[in-house]
Amino acid sequence: MKLKSYFNKFLAILSLTLVSFSSANAGVTNIIPFGPGGESDVTARMQQPYYKSIYNDDIVVQYKPGGGGSVGWSSLNAEKGDGSVIMGVNLPHIIMQPIAKGEKAGYKTEDVNVFSFFHYTPDAILVEASSPYKSLDDLLNFAKSNPGKLTFSGSGTYSANHLLIISLNKKAKVKTTYVPFKGTGAAVQALLGKQVLAEAGYSTVAAKQGKKVRMLAVASEERLPAFPNVPTFKELGYNIVSGAYRGYALPKSASKATVKEWSDRIMKINSDPAFIKQMEDNAFVVVNIGHKDVKKFMRQQQKANKAIAKELGLIK
Amino acid sequence: MTNIFADFLSSLSLLNLGLAFSGVLAGIIIGALPGLSATMAVAILVPFTFALEPSSGLIVLGAIYTGAIFGGSWSAILINTPGTPSAVATTFDGYPMAKNGNGDLAMSISCMSSFVGGTVGVICLALFAPPLASVSLKFGPTEYFWLAILGLTLISTLAEGDNIKSLIGACIGLLMSMIGVAVVGGDIRMTWNISFLNSGIEIVSAMIGLFCVPVILDLTSMKGKHLSDSETPKNLRLKESFLIIFKKKFEAIRGALIGTFIGILPGAGGSIASIVSYGEAKRASKNKQNFGKGEPEGLIASETANNATVGGGFIPTLCLGIPGTPPDAVILGALLVQGIRTGDTLFTQQSSIVYTFIFGLFLATIIMLPLGLLMGRYAYKSIIKIPKEILIPIIIFLTIIGSYSIQNNILNVYFMFFFGIVGWILNRAGFKASPIVLGLVLGQIAEQGFVQAYIIGNAQENILANYFARPISIILVIFILMGLFLPALKKIYNRRKNAKIS
Repeated sequence: MKLKSYFNKFLAILSLTLVSFSSANAGVTNIIPFGPGGESDVTARMQQPYYKSIYNDDIVVQYKPGGGGSVGWSSLNAEKGDGSVIMGVNLPHIIMQPIAKGEKAGYKTEDVNVFSFFHYTPDAILVEASSPYKSLDDLLNFAKSNPGKLTFSGSGTYSANHLLIISLNKKAKVKTTYVPFKGTGAAVQALLGKQVLAEAGYSTVAAKQGKKVRMLAVASEERLPAFPNVPTFKELGYNIVSGAYRGYALPKSASKATVKEWSDRIMKINSDPAFIKQMEDNAFVVVNIGHKDVKKFMRQQQKANKAIAKELGLIK
Repeated sequence: MTNIFADFLSSLSLLNLGLAFSGVLAGIIIGALPGLSATMAVAILVPFTFALEPSSGLIVLGAIYTGAIFGGSWSAILINTPGTPSAVATTFDGYPMAKNGNGDLAMSISCMSSFVGGTVGVICLALFAPPLASVSLKFGPTEYFWLAILGLTLISTLAEGDNIKSLIGACIGLLMSMIGVAVVGGDIRMTWNISFLNSGIEIVSAMIGLFCVPVILDLTSMKGKHLSDSETPKNLRLKESFLIIFKKKFEAIRGALIGTFIGILPGAGGSIASIVSYGEAKRASKNKQNFGKGEPEGLIASETANNATVGGGFIPTLCLGIPGTPPDAVILGALLVQGIRTGDTLFTQQSSIVYTFIFGLFLATIIMLPLGLLMGRYAYKSIIKIPKEILIPIIIFLTIIGSYSIQNNILNVYFMFFFGIVGWILNRAGFKASPIVLGLVLGQIAEQGFVQAYIIGNAQENILANYFARPISIILVIFILMGLFLPALKKIYNRRKNAKIS
């Protein structure tokens, strides 16, 4: 008798836990192909309340991390195409991974049915607050007189951060050293700890770190509202506009109507002034690339990324 | 001072108390289920906290995190499977204790040790956060490399019996850690064209396979009960547990300090903290030979250290905006969405949120003590009382759910079974799971640290200085050399002394 009651208790706890997990599956699902806590996750979380208030439905964030996103993207087309599931997509990842890894990436760029990009985090060059380098020119002058000695920390290999340094090296005719770290957190740690002289990071690093770092240049079209004193690369004479773009994709089986509907939803959230303010405060740059413009945008990005891939010797 | 006192009172509101209580409760259950880790527990709850005040939201997240890290010890003790990666070293002595009929004692000691560890971690967070955060910045790639090597030298102390087999096991683990796309260089290594392997071996599913599947197979193939009955099944053996902890108070504090320190190093985490603490405890202990056979001291070392990483990990998270551990990364994201800026200004401009949170974390640690002891008793009794025919399918069910839910991917389940069978065969041949896991966990950190240090050293045109001429590196190298050669030197010295006498 006693045994039975313990067993029942155990089962009750177990089923309660399982129910609480499965009940989280109501609403539409937004699969983030990275772990929780990164920029893709944070921006998806920021959209949640706006989606709820506009459409009176929940958007549930799930994670399917692995392979820098490739595990998620290679499984996207197996999901239901009725609009109940969308997946986060990132540039340059979905272009660079198939170039760098070929078949091993597990998916092709064309397989990912992107319907919109809603923001990007511009690449940026940052130094630690006490660094003697006050401008990008200071930094590049050091690199010119000391080839290879200027070290940049950054997140990952063939990532947006890495590509920035490749372009900068070429355009400024300098030789510098890029040191890849696992994730932005580790790259920032190396910068603050003065393990490296500078960081190839994102504008968001400057927003998070405040006075501890100095952003020398940002790879956006125009200066960022949160950082009116930081020049763009373009102003400084280097034609670089780059960063990590984040958007969403649907499975290929989705109808045109579903694609349009989802694109409109994301763009609608993007037009909310409160949402824009929240994004700008954290140095995310809102962009409105909907389903009509996304193909053209992807072609431009592919062209730019392929040029860098050639520079790296990844393709001939 | 009055301000801080007001923050303390606000953390004691009825709502916050209730939140902390339910957070710890949920955390313990989630942590105890293998595969459902602290990171996941925190991530699932984040959206719910947006409806709360920022400080209340933080208290729930901190409470769940604290509960989950402690809960991980249950499955480690009862079914030899770390419920969260942080509980790896808890299996070394916790499970043997349960096998010997001291499961209830192990559960109580683990709860008290987690309490000690958690408290020390929170105190360090409250009093020394900014200076400790600057210490974590002194750790560059070189230091991470040496720290990982120091961890690897502990294999000789973890080894039960056969040193050569442990070394081979660690090498297997190191090789496994290299699978996937290299962070530095981007090379694709040993993936056999399986794109799932691009991200490397997923450590939690490998751990469930290596530790738990052999237990299931042995349980099925052998007669007799899973754990032998305790002689005194009625009580919690509170007095006995307390006396053991009290006697080992220095060891407990040492474990907690090691845990706090490793917690402040972003990317290191609870598993390394518990392993290093265990290794140091064994090295320093008088009961060396009992380690791995059910020595409470080993359990204390592991459990104080992993709960101390909770407070420790929040130090770089709150002061630097760099997550100390994976659950911290999720909490940092939640802070950002709530519009709270981390960094120095957090402690000055938004100090009331921070201190309310720190008090809340302390509150959660206190609540964990009675709650954990009481719940632990039920968990232990149900495991003892449930007949094997029911227990085995439940454990298999949990391992499958657990490994699936890590990445919402069925491939993790296949890998878990694959590692389980490999682990069982290796176990039969005398290779233990712990050196393999140690190699797997430390391999990546060692490799990345080494290559990054090499690149930086090369840029500075002085590679050797970058490895050997940095203050913290020198200390770590000395520890490594001591660990490697002291036992041998002692032996030689003793032999000479004996020769002189005779």
